Amino acid sequence: MNPESFMIMRHELVLTLAFVFILVAEVFTGERNKEKIKSIAVALFAIVTAAGFLPAATGSLFGGMYEASGTTTLMKNILNIGTLIVLIQSYTWLGRPENRDRIHEYFLLLISTLIGMNFMISSGHFLMFYLGIELATIPLAALAAYDRYQNRSAEAGIKLILISTLSSGILLFGLSMIYGVTGSLYFPEVAAKLTSVPLVIMGFIFFFAGMGFKMSLVPFHLWTADVYEGAPVNVTSYLSVISKGAAAFIFIIILFRVFPVISMTWEKVIWVIAVMTITIGNLFALRQKNMKRFLAFSSIAQAGFFLLGFIGGNRLGMTTVIYYALIYIFSNLAAFGVVSVIAEKTGKENMDDYDGLYRTNPGLSITLMLAMFSLAGIPPVAGFFGKFFLFVAAAEKGFYVLVTIAVLNTIIALYYYLLVVKAMFINKSEAPIASFRSDFMQKLGLAICIAGIVVTGFASGLFEMIRNLSYGI
Amino acid sequence: MNILSWLVIIPLLTITGILLVKDARQTKIVSAIGMGIQLIVAFVIVFMYISLRKSGNTDEMVLMSSFEWFKSLNIYYTVGVDGISVAMIALTAVVVFAGIFASWEMEDLKKEFFISLILLATGVFGFFISLDLFTMFLFYEVAVIPMYILIGIWGSGPKEYSAMKLTLMLMGGSALLMVGLFGIYFNSAPDGGELTFNILEISKITIPIEAQRWFFPFTFVGFGVLGALFPLHTWSPDGHSSAPTAVSMLHAGVLMKLGGYGAFRVAMFLMPEAASEMAWIFIILTTISVVYGAFGAIVQKDLKYINAYSSVSHCGMVLFAVLMMNRTAMTGAVIQMISHGLMTALFFALIGMIYGRTHTRMINEMGGLMKVIPFLGVAYVIAGLASLGLPGLSGFVAEMNIFFGAFEHPDTFHRVATIIAISSIVITAVYILRVVAILLLGPIRDNHYISLGDAKWYEKLSLLTLIAGIVYIGIAPLGLSNIIRESLLPIIDKIL
Repeated sequence: MNPESFMIMRHELVLTLAFVFILVAEVFTGERNKEKIKSIAVALFAIVTAAGFLPAATGSLFGGMYEASGTTTLMKNILNIGTLIVLIQSYTWLGRPENRDRIHEYFLLLISTLIGMNFMISSGHFLMFYLGIELATIPLAALAAYDRYQNRSAEAGIKLILISTLSSGILLFGLSMIYGVTGSLYFPEVAAKLTSVPLVIMGFIFFFAGMGFKMSLVPFHLWTADVYEGAPVNVTSYLSVISKGAAAFIFIIILFRVFPVISMTWEKVIWVIAVMTITIGNLFALRQKNMKRFLAFSSIAQAGFFLLGFIGGNRLGMTTVIYYALIYIFSNLAAFGVVSVIAEKTGKENMDDYDGLYRTNPGLSITLMLAMFSLAGIPPVAGFFGKFFLFVAAAEKGFYVLVTIAVLNTIIALYYYLLVVKAMFINKSEAPIASFRSDFMQKLGLAICIAGIVVTGFASGLFEMIRNLSYGI
Repeated sequence: MNILSWLVIIPLLTITGILLVKDARQTKIVSAIGMGIQLIVAFVIVFMYISLRKSGNTDEMVLMSSFEWFKSLNIYYTVGVDGISVAMIALTAVVVFAGIFASWEMEDLKKEFFISLILLATGVFGFFISLDLFTMFLFYEVAVIPMYILIGIWGSGPKEYSAMKLTLMLMGGSALLMVGLFGIYFNSAPDGGELTFNILEISKITIPIEAQRWFFPFTFVGFGVLGALFPLHTWSPDGHSSAPTAVSMLHAGVLMKLGGYGAFRVAMFLMPEAASEMAWIFIILTTISVVYGAFGAIVQKDLKYINAYSSVSHCGMVLFAVLMMNRTAMTGAVIQMISHGLMTALFFALIGMIYGRTHTRMINEMGGLMKVIPFLGVAYVIAGLASLGLPGLSGFVAEMNIFFGAFEHPDTFHRVATIIAISSIVITAVYILRVVAILLLGPIRDNHYISLGDAKWYEKLSLLTLIAGIVYIGIAPLGLSNIIRESLLPIIDKIL
């Protein structure tokens, strides 16, 4: 190791430093000052996020197990931005008396999962990839059980850890078959030696199933709604946005770099899974009353839309996946942000409770409406651009039937997103949620999201920048 | 800054202004001023267009400007107008202006109402000036979504159901349209050049016929939903009758024209071969629209439903004329769009005003209104006569052109379809005269109606703006039809 190699893995090292800093700070603060940790940690993470945008070195380390390129740096920065918003949104919730003694735990667990995701994205070797994925999921289960004295939260933690272990096992099984055929776990070597023999196809299917659990694709989605509902809102938003985004990123990298030879096979698999994921996610979302479950199913459907960028194996596909992930982060975090603010103030989480919200809390209602429109893909907010380009990416390779199915599904999705808008703007309520003021950090979190939702779509420069860093098969 | 872009910027500035002011009164004034300026700009554009043509400019599109947007996908913000879009812009400006005054007495959530209404108008203006399919589609959706909120909050009757039905059906149409646009885009460079969304550039090449056969139905039906193409018209009666006055005006008057406009500007202009192959299917459907809509109007008792079905019939006529694919019929189609836009906006404005006084829209609960509110009564008769195509008013000019054009086709199929469609004129006369007789003439049904007041100044302003348009087109149609005819040339050349 030399100083340059430190620069190559700067993102991970900076995060690790932040991790250590918070740990030390926790040790050296007295009982009375525990509250201060959250301010320090959020400020620290803001610096970490900003530092991510400094010009980064590229190259590979550990004999090719770790690789950093412009693409991975971009992905890590996107995840950092999302995590920063999540932390800002958790600020008020962490100040609750029952969370006082374990504020630092929240930050430590969150940052360690993020480190795991960064390693996962930068991996050049399946072992590294596996280590990253484990580091990213095990602390997540602890986070889901953060409200451990509530049954539902503890249950969510257990469910998440069991499902992750199972999916990791399946994933490893698939990788072992691929190793058996190719004799290597390095991405370039596997890609070079891969042939379309049945064992490889089978290995790929197992690998795909493992990734399907992480991205909560149908039929591997059953854990999603329960875990999302049980976990604290802020953890849920982290799970549904950052964790899913990171999984999508590494999945597309591996598909494009390791499995181009069998692209004819995975096109078909993805076609079927995408249709199932979008349709079933949508149909289940229609009937949800609890906002967290509702957003859980909507996020399953959204994961299906990501697959439209995967399927063509084209450069435009990768561009739009990254671009849509950024938009999805802003939109979904805005939605979760509003849900979390309302849950924080009133404890209400059901859609019926939102009846007449516009008359009492216009700001929150408009934020949630923009988020819903963005998720539904309505212009002029960013979701429209993201969805449109995803469809273009799939249509470029001639998947018109898939695009048509997906486009018709956006109408189903529009229906349930409009139900939320209807509750807030149109429905009358005997006892609407009383008017209240959000505090500064809650407003800041939502303001960042709104700015993102409004600006990202029109910012064609951003799209071009992402395109320059993307690649196809 | 190109003058066309101001058509999008002024509404956005008006919305900003509304956000800044405090009370309801100021909101009204800001909206009225903003849309007044918009009206002026629209007519400045009309005169600029006419003088450009007089000075010998024969470009297909004038006042063009273009900015690069998404470079790698070759998406540009490109604007430009020809005679047809200029006419549609003028129509939109007039209807929006009248709509602002028709909703002068809106009570609940006034600010939000005007913001949504003007946002809708922004989408419509943007649609008519766009020459790039991407921006066109974007503005199209911007115009549809505010409808949900507008009908849902300020509507009447089963408003939640109607709002959802209308939104989902129209967005369903735009979903089909999106697939059609992808098909056009990826076939826009058959010789291996750069793919483009630019309408003018695509019109220079020929999209392969197999691709046309696939994507023409998507595009045409996508626009057809908005143009109330049978059997996808069912959102229209529910939506229009539940919507508040200004929204019905704007929606039936202008938004439905997006369908007809898009159908020939995009679907037929860019895929003419498939269009002539498949025209017969759609001619059958539109003939059904025309006659079915008129019959539907006869049996309705609610004023708004009558007018909504009549809109289905008249907008069906637009699509019918477009599919005839000759210059006379298509000129008629565009005149019909404008004529129906003014006429139906007038109808809905009047219905709103009558409802505001009598608190009912059921025709058999009213009677003899001509004696108590003569101004509104006369205006209603004028709108009715325009609707049934009385010479001297705009409806006559439009229908004459359409049916003359349609009859130019010598074959049996076209002639039969035309004759069936023409029969709708008689049916129209039945439902219009029936309403006039029950509603306006005869004894006053209810003593409560004797004390009703006639139109106020802002109502008169709104109505007179629209009537002026109808009478102008009826008496001096040549100005308008000349503008339209010469702009149709490139389209006709391409289709034939």
